[in-house]
Amino acid sequence: MAKRIEISGLHAYYGAVHAIEDISMTVEPRSVTAFIGPSGCGKSTFLRTLNRMHEVIPGARVEGKVMLDDEDLYGSDVDPVAVRRVVGMVFQRPNPFPTMSIYDNVAAGLKLNGVRRKSQLDEIVERSLKGANLWNEVKDRLSRPGAGLSGGQQQRLCIARAIAVQPQVLLMDEPCSALDPISTLAIEDLIAELKSQYTIVIVTHNMQQAARVSDRTAFFNIAGTGKPGKLIEIDDTSKIFTNPSEKATEDYITGRFG
Amino acid sequence: MSVKGAELELKSLPRVSARRRMADRTVQSLVYAAFVIAIIPLVSVLWMVVTRGMERLDLDFLTFSMNGLSSSDEGGGANHAIVGTLQQVGLTAVMAVPLGILTGVYLVEYGGNSRLARVITFFVDVMTGIPSIVAGLFILAFWLLALGFEYSGFAGALALAILMMPTVVRATEEMLKLVPNDLREASYALGVPRWRTICFVVLPTALTGIVTGVMLAVARVMGETAPLLLLVFITDAINSNPFEGPQGSLPTFIWYQAGDPNPQAIERAWAAALTLILIIMLLNLGARLLARLRKPVSR
Repeated sequence: MAKRIEISGLHAYYGAVHAIEDISMTVEPRSVTAFIGPSGCGKSTFLRTLNRMHEVIPGARVEGKVMLDDEDLYGSDVDPVAVRRVVGMVFQRPNPFPTMSIYDNVAAGLKLNGVRRKSQLDEIVERSLKGANLWNEVKDRLSRPGAGLSGGQQQRLCIARAIAVQPQVLLMDEPCSALDPISTLAIEDLIAELKSQYTIVIVTHNMQQAARVSDRTAFFNIAGTGKPGKLIEIDDTSKIFTNPSEKATEDYITGRFG
Repeated sequence: MSVKGAELELKSLPRVSARRRMADRTVQSLVYAAFVIAIIPLVSVLWMVVTRGMERLDLDFLTFSMNGLSSSDEGGGANHAIVGTLQQVGLTAVMAVPLGILTGVYLVEYGGNSRLARVITFFVDVMTGIPSIVAGLFILAFWLLALGFEYSGFAGALALAILMMPTVVRATEEMLKLVPNDLREASYALGVPRWRTICFVVLPTALTGIVTGVMLAVARVMGETAPLLLLVFITDAINSNPFEGPQGSLPTFIWYQAGDPNPQAIERAWAAALTLILIIMLLNLGARLLARLRKPVSR
């Protein structure tokens, strides 16, 4: 189910602004890869190029290659909508659909793509909510609005929604930055469970979190304001946090960075 | 100056000065006064219409027409006018609401900053300011004189649709802009195509606001008189076919009865005014109820 992602020579632009420059890396399947780096260094932009969400913004474009196993996501005849079904995403702020119940939120991706059989939906909703460790908290109120849950529950609802369409890869853009420590712990535990089935990429500002949840860590940086973001290095998380090859990484991790 | 400053620092927290208290009181009373002045005409209009209208508003009034009655006769009713107004406004809504909502969707979801979107926005703005008599004259020249059709409820509905559409476009546009982009992105990230995202995520989120806007537009055109006088004309009999011949309508009924010196006619005009207000209120309530039913129960 999980797939390897190989990125080579990737550039991303917002109109005339060069946001990230020449990134090449491999993201291993069934593992967690963390992206760290200062604000504005292009981590989120890079993450969004991996499921073609970057181009949703007017004027934004991408150059380079993103191979998902042996398919190029930016191939000329590839449908971006199909890409997003394979590469799911969880956002920084929990964003359940406000007009939908908890059940409908989880079923949204399937329903909106034409799955109508009630029994099948029931099964997938239960499996996804269990997968997101939310089932026990909401099983008695599936018809209540998703927006009525707490922030941490909403974020787990969004994870359930993302895994309900059974993607191969799960991208998470600072999924815990709006949550309290308890909810953060719940999400981190969940990530550890999910990695047995999915390829997970997580952007985080919290270096302890990167150290806790990830197998590999990539450090991004910018040379200065207005310059494009770059990948400085990617390596095993233990190596990045104990003995990084680059001086810039060490400076950032030990807090000697700005 | 420096001495004063030092003095202030030494003392405990200063009280609110008399000047500020005065300013606070003045502004507060101004705000309340403005509110009262604004509400006086509203309440007095309602009061007047309700008290005067109640004298004649009964089952007879709602079920009988003015057919064969002269204005000095007692009794008679506005049934022909109610039928006409409901049909004309119904036809108007059928034409203007889908067009207006689709235009609003185009402007917010697809148009972006393109030239076409800017042109449409400009013309919608211009249309918002069209006086109703001008819309009436346009349809008169186009539909009745150039194409040779007869007076009909439908001709009136065409003019009303011109007046209603820009309001619907505007309301839809404003409401769609309020839908957070997060929701669109969340839907795209699930591999949902854009049009489905719009139909099943964006529009339902904005539904309550759009319904309110549509109801305001309906209320606005329901009271229009001038285009109907030009295009639908007047009749005292019930004509339940809006595509052929003159029809009654509440605004023209009010206009006609109120212009008559007989007290019986004046009473009918008040009752018709009250009927018009009641119809708009009922439609509004109905639409809100429908919009609420579509949402998941929140407790």
